[in-house]
Amino acid sequence: MVVPRVWRERVARYRMVGKKCPACGKVYFPPRDVCPTCHRESYGKMEDVELSGRGKVYSYTVVYQNVLGYELQKPYIMAIVEMEEGPRVTGQIVDCRPEDVEIGMPVRAVFRRLGEEGKDGVIVYGYKFVPDL
Amino acid sequence: MRDVAIIGIGQTKYGEHWKRSLRDLAVEAGLKAVEDANIYAKEIDAIFGGNMAAGTVIGQDHLATIIADFAGLAEHNVPAVKVEAACGSGGAALHMGFMAVASGLYDMVLVGGVEKMTDVPGEHMTDALASAADREWEVTFGATFPSLGAMMARRHMYEYGTTREQLAMFPVVAHENASKNPMAQLRNRITVEKVLNAPVIADPLTLLDCSPITDGAAAVVLAPMEVARKYTDTPVKISASVATTDYISIHSRPSITTVKANVEAGRKAYRMAGVGPGDIDFVELHDAFSIISLIALEDLGFVEKGQGGKFAEEGQIALGGKLPVNPSGGLKAKGHPVGATGVGQVVETVIQLRGEAGERQVDGAKRALTHNVGGTASSVFVHILEVV
Repeated sequence: MVVPRVWRERVARYRMVGKKCPACGKVYFPPRDVCPTCHRESYGKMEDVELSGRGKVYSYTVVYQNVLGYELQKPYIMAIVEMEEGPRVTGQIVDCRPEDVEIGMPVRAVFRRLGEEGKDGVIVYGYKFVPDL
Repeated sequence: MRDVAIIGIGQTKYGEHWKRSLRDLAVEAGLKAVEDANIYAKEIDAIFGGNMAAGTVIGQDHLATIIADFAGLAEHNVPAVKVEAACGSGGAALHMGFMAVASGLYDMVLVGGVEKMTDVPGEHMTDALASAADREWEVTFGATFPSLGAMMARRHMYEYGTTREQLAMFPVVAHENASKNPMAQLRNRITVEKVLNAPVIADPLTLLDCSPITDGAAAVVLAPMEVARKYTDTPVKISASVATTDYISIHSRPSITTVKANVEAGRKAYRMAGVGPGDIDFVELHDAFSIISLIALEDLGFVEKGQGGKFAEEGQIALGGKLPVNPSGGLKAKGHPVGATGVGQVVETVIQLRGEAGERQVDGAKRALTHNVGGTASSVFVHILEVV
């Protein structure tokens, strides 16, 4: 992977900046250029919107068989989090024991290292979630 | 639009084929189908081949061309293209082949599917399979493919009270059926207890909820219905061929306990075939994970939403039940050579409709539905096949 592939996503991944449709007002994350409800009415007009980072666990799992690059983290908690602004987001829950997670638990996004591509590869950063106590 | 029939079928045994390459497997399935159709390979007007990951796994793209070449067809300059829709690639290839014959552009079409999965270590294959999800917004954040199924399962349990034991009935039935299928990969019988106590892959799913890593290939020969009887006494009509897509990521969908692409594919297929769920004698469902087939059973209208677990627990999905599910053994136990799966389901269905399934025969089967999906049912391919 070359640097631009990671670099171009930095605003969305570091600050959770999504998109809002000016026509219907719906907020999307991850960002998209076209609103699935308003179609071409929205194209080129989607507005940036920074999420608060707060949400609730919609569903979750504990992963024991990882994708490449996550060997050292397993077992780890993956979740779909429903954000205050509406969109649902896939991310890890950290600083939390697997047995303490439950659907509906409040969480907030934190900035973390996600992984890297080998010893000399690009380091990828982004959001993870922690319990919002 | 012309009616389309299947006049020949072929498949390799599903399993770990250490001695054999992707092209060997594809050629075997294709040639068996040609032989079964009682034609010569040079009579094939076009080839559509399903494959998901050869580019990543064995570094080979341009796949349909290399297979046509090694099937001995380079001299005939036969048109051949690969069709890709992740784990739905086989179903996608069949949909393309169906269109080609129905439209009248080609008469005799070979549809194949193949996957070689044991040429890389398991972790690499897990990563290649994860590419069926959104690499930038799911996989980069740590999601594996089973973890997405696990989150669907957890939510289904939360919303409908589906139990861990009910989910386990799907793999238990799959292994029971596969024990009667000589072409299946995993022919051992298992119990609910075994499923629950197997190593956890992504909680609540264990190893025995998940389909295995499989090498294999499958193929069918399609022809216009009006000439099908010249080649075989038992043509099987494709009375519906439907494709749909959905949001690729489950996090973008309004619900993760139903898949609109499933519902729409079912609705369109029933309309195209002029039948309803009650007219279907058995189904081959895409049970990459137990939860995926449970949700499909509900979405395709065989049971009410939320009742899939209870239906399975009552034994209704077993051979002899109200709706036998995956008499072949399904992805779970027959095996899941990803790009071949959608075609392999159809091969099994034709065997059943011809009445040649031996010990696992569904009594009096006249009409069946196959359901093959890419990713978390982000793309769906439904076919209805019937005896005519």
